[in-house]
Parts: sequence; C-alpha cells; structure tokens
Amino acid sequence: MKALALALLATAAPLAAKTVTVAPGPDAQERLQAALIEVQPGDTVQIAAGRYELTDGLSLDVDKVTVKGAGPDATVLSFKNQQGAGEGLLVTSDDVVLRDFGVEDTRGDGIKSKGADRIVYHNVRVEWTGGPNEKNGAYGVYPVSSTDVLVDRVTVRGASDAGIYVGQSKNIIVRNSTAEFNVAGIEIENSHNADVYGNTARKNAGGILVFDLPNLPQMGGHAIRVFENQVVENDTPNFAPKGNIVASVPTGTGVMVMANADVFVFGNMFADNGNTNVMLIGYKRPFTDKSYNPLLRGVVVRDNKHGRAGFAPSFPGGSEIAAAMGGSLPPIFWDGTGTGVIVKDAVPALSLNLPSPEASVDQAKPAPANFPDGPVPPEPKPVVLPASMEAAIK
Amino acid sequence: MRLLACLAGWMLVASAAPPGVNDALISGDTLPPKLSDFGFFTNGRPSARVHPYTLNTPLFSDYAEKERFIYVPAGKRIMYRGGGPLDFPVGSALIKTFGYPGRTLETRVLMRRASGWVALPYVWDGKDAELRRGGTRIPVEVHGQQISYAVPNQNQCKECHQLSGAIEPIGPKARNLSQSLLGDLVKAGMLDRAPAIARLPHWDDPKAPVAARARAYLDVNCGHCHNRAGSASNSGLYLTWEEADPVARGIGKTPVAAGRGSGGLDVAIAPGRPDLSILLYRMKSTEPGVAMPELGRAMVHTEGVALVSDYIAGLKP
Repeated sequence: MKALALALLATAAPLAAKTVTVAPGPDAQERLQAALIEVQPGDTVQIAAGRYELTDGLSLDVDKVTVKGAGPDATVLSFKNQQGAGEGLLVTSDDVVLRDFGVEDTRGDGIKSKGADRIVYHNVRVEWTGGPNEKNGAYGVYPVSSTDVLVDRVTVRGASDAGIYVGQSKNIIVRNSTAEFNVAGIEIENSHNADVYGNTARKNAGGILVFDLPNLPQMGGHAIRVFENQVVENDTPNFAPKGNIVASVPTGTGVMVMANADVFVFGNMFADNGNTNVMLIGYKRPFTDKSYNPLLRGVVVRDNKHGRAGFAPSFPGGSEIAAAMGGSLPPIFWDGTGTGVIVKDAVPALSLNLPSPEASVDQAKPAPANFPDGPVPPEPKPVVLPASMEAAIK
Repeated sequence: MRLLACLAGWMLVASAAPPGVNDALISGDTLPPKLSDFGFFTNGRPSARVHPYTLNTPLFSDYAEKERFIYVPAGKRIMYRGGGPLDFPVGSALIKTFGYPGRTLETRVLMRRASGWVALPYVWDGKDAELRRGGTRIPVEVHGQQISYAVPNQNQCKECHQLSGAIEPIGPKARNLSQSLLGDLVKAGMLDRAPAIARLPHWDDPKAPVAARARAYLDVNCGHCHNRAGSASNSGLYLTWEEADPVARGIGKTPVAAGRGSGGLDVAIAPGRPDLSILLYRMKSTEPGVAMPELGRAMVHTEGVALVSDYIAGLKP
C-alpha cells in the first residue's frame, strides 16, 4: 500500500504543472511563440483547434514540455507566408512531447529537433499541400543529434528530401507512421540502434533508406532493424534538388541500405517498386574522411514478401541490365561490395559484382547474386526507450 | 515653457533610481520589462563602466547600423584568455543597439548571471525600449528597398549564441577587437591584460589579403552556428577562423541536409567556381529555407557576396 502510494507520487505530474492554451486569431505568431518561451518545465502548451497563419519559424527551448493540438487535421500551423527561419518548429530542449497537430507548407524543414533527447513525435502531420515539388522543404520530421527518439503515428507528405529523417542519433523508434509523396519516405542516417516498423512508405521515390555519410560528427551507422513495414508503389519521380544524397536514390526503390553495419530487413511487404524492392550498396562518392567506412558490413534480408518489382529500372545502366535479364530487374539488388551481406528471401537477386562501391557501372559484371548459406549473425536487440516516453502517449 | 519641460525632465531623472547601472537587475533572476530599467545610459550617454566598442569584422544585419557597449561592474574585470571570447565576470552585460539613420529599432542585451548568459531583445518605442521575448517584425526601407526587419525572439538569440547548449557572446573575441580598444579597457580597469596577438582583418580593408578577409567574414557571419559545438554542428560544415580541415571548411564538401538550399549544386565550395558553390548560392538568396544565415537577413549583402566570390574564385581547383 505504501509502495503503491509512493509509486503514484512518483508518476504524478508536479503540482505546479499547468496548461497554457493558445487560440487562433490575430497575432498568433507572437502569442504562440511567447507561450513557447514562457512555458515552464512540466507544462503543456495546448494549441486550440483552428488554423494558424504563421510568418516565422517557431521554437521551443524548455525541457519537459508537451505541445499538444486538437488533432493533426484540426490544429493546423500553416507556414505558407513564412518569412524567416530554416524550419517551422525547432525544438532544442529535452523530454519534449509533440502531439496532435499539423504543420503545413514550411519553407525549409517541417519540425526539427536538435540535441533534443527523449523527444516524442506522436500523431503529428507534416505536409506540403501542393504535392511533390523540388521547392518543398527538405525534411518533414527531423530529429537530429539526439539520444532516444520516438516517432509514432506521424504522417509526412511532400518532403523534397526525407519525410521522416532521423540523423546522427542513438536509440530510435520510428513506427506506425505513414510517409508518402516524399523523395525518401523514411531515412535513418548516421545513426546507431534504430527500429523502424509498422510503417507505410508508399508513393515516394524511395521507401525506407538506411544511410551513412562521411565528414559528419557521428558516423558508423549500425544496429538498424527495418521490419513489418508496407513498402509499396514507390513510384513518385525523384524530385530532390541535385547535390543532396537522396537525389541519387533511383525512383522506384523500396528499401535502400548504404554503408551501414548490422542492418536487418525482415517481415516487410514489398510490392510495385519499379526499380527494385531492396537495394544494398556502398557509398559511391569520393571522400577523404579516413574515419569513414563506405562499405556494408553485415546486412541480413529475410522473410519479406515480394510483390512485383524491377519493371522500371531507374539507376544508370539499369535498363540495359534489365533487358539482358529478360526485361526486368529482380526484387533484390546488390552492388556486390561489402562483407556479410546475406539474403534469405526466396526471390531472385542481382549482384553487379563491382570491385568497390565507387566503381562505375561500366565495371559491373551483373549476375545472379550468391549469398553465403548457414546461420545468420545475431540480430541487434530491440530498441528500448525510457518508460516516460511510452507513457507520454498512452 | 521650454525651461519648464527641461525642469520636468530633470525632475523625472532626479526622482528615478540613482543614475548608473542597476547591478541587482543584471545579477538577479527577473527579466526587466524596459531597457531603461538597467540604467546603461544616463541622459542618452553611457553610464560609468559602459564602454563602447567596435569589431574588426562585424555581422551583416541588413545594413543596420549598430552601437555596441560592454558593461563590467565595479571591482570586477574581464579576463583575457587567448584570441577567442573574452571571459566576462558575473554581472557584466553586452548591449547592442540596431537601427537606421534617424530610427532606432531594437537593443539586444546579453547579461552574465551566475547561472550563465541570458539574452533579451528590447524593441524601441519612443524614448524607451520594451522587452519583447517573442520578437517582432518591423517594416523598414533600406537603400530604397522595403524589407521586413526581424527582431529575434529569445530562442533565436540563443540559436546563434549557443555553444554546446549554453549561451555565449559571439562578437567580443580578442582577435576581432582592436589593440587600442583592449588597451582602453585595461586602462578603465575593465580588462586584466591585452597581449598583442594576430587579429582578424577588417573584411572591407582592401589592403588585407582576400582569403583572410573572406575567412574572417565567414567566421563572423556563419561560424557562430557552423562550428563543432554550434547550432549547425550536424552539418559538418565549420566556417570558423580556427577550422583546419579544408573539407569541413566547405571545400569540395557535399551537403547533408541542405534540401533545396543546395540550388542543384554539388558542393559547398567548388574551388575556382563561385557559380558552382552552394555557400555562395545561399548567401545570394533571401528565400527562407535557402538563405543563410537563417536568421537576421532579409537582404543580400552585395559586398560580402563579392568578397566570398573573389575568395572562391582564387582557390585552386
């Protein structure tokens, strides 16, 4: 009994915690921003239902704050007339919960959280309402340089880079979310320990990407599980501005894994990805960073369902290879580099047998891929987030 | 009549707190609602130990004119610690007023409290400036162009001023202040010492080498975010004066999260090719999501663009 009382005490919100409500209307920009500045740890900023026409990016720098709307279609923060800042909402504090609101038409990224540990995105929508366009902002939901990240039941549409992008972070869950009409649906980049599951990635150029890039503070992406996702109909022509790494993602790619270690792709449903369902490659661009590893090291692809794929090859040399193989590419594509690449799915797989990731397609010796038999290496442990994060969305 | 007004003015001053800086406000835990509460100025003139300063190379802010002051409380001194930021004692303040000829817009105050620096924006209205933590926009005409001048909100102050999550001053680094100014501060008992050191060139000094001036310009205009502990640390692009790695300085560096900010170009700086350099493309834009810096710039700094363009043109491919 005493223990129960203590437990209740421990989980109860601080007595002083309060809710500050912001309503639509004139001066919404200053009122909402002032609320986000004046809020105290433990408080909630409740954004009432309605449409908010904002002229500048918003930002939150107070720990332990919940920002809550009345639903992703009921509370709409529109940045159509945004005049400044690189994103719609920027969070730079810890233990923040963002839930139940929509963000539209930001000029740069949608919602960015940087160095924001234990951040929760729940039931949030970020959308560029004009559909795919290279003038749309880069990332929809953009947690970066953070430890413990939860993205749950989020919808992103129209990002000119990745809809849901988690970069240079550790201990990540992206689940039960929908990413559509983006260049990349979901991207995990330069990150350690991520579970990506129960999501739908459709109508993007590429569905789900697991990348690692050089010259960044955090590299060595590893321990990523991509499972039980619907990765279908990724056929939106790649509309990323050139220069960005995602501009090189071939249209019609389901899951693409590049230069990572211990990546497990299993139990997903793939269909109608015109380039290929699963693409496994090393990093192709030149680099000078000696601490960077451009190779795949330990990738396991197993128990996925494969629908139609490879009917519209879109990487350089792809159509020629498809023609030589009878008209289409197999559902699994490997550049032939790296170590410990194991595919257990009972579908055809193509290897380019490149001598190294940066070698040009001219040096390819395309052939059915051979993967080692035998047991697969141990899978990364499931990502476990602090209980407070799951509790926040119960 | 005029005399009466003078007298009334005098009585107003006489009845207020004694002239001079209100140290308790700076060190306390409240946020003063009016700039005059601090007492940095008496009858429009700096109070005792409020010392004006200028920078060799300043931040571009839509051609706004700036007046800068350092305040150090009596009995305390700034500690010199190399070419980087000066070490200000608790109770110090940095005061920076922005405006255009005939019009004062805003004053930003950085206060050094025991818990760290606090940044506050004050917006002028008549004879005083009021705290506006949420920032605001003010329409102004600059060089014949109508712009929406942005007063930063309190979080935006921190976005530029943070290093590893804590607010730090940006401007008053020893290397960006003149030797004579530092000497004056020592004489005034506000600074412990002022060794002669290598300094940042004036960005617009035609006698200084282009590369050094451009590096100084990038350090001051970009390096506060684009450094290894700043707001743009995740970009891998570090434009500080002391950065040694050429790729980190942008040379041949591919973008990470630039999005449409890349302008369809492949690298931040393409040596010899300003036209192919993302960095310059973003300096030349005023579009949110493309323009850099992200905050505080609604106009293109034509002269800054020309300098950085010359620098890139002079780099060997």
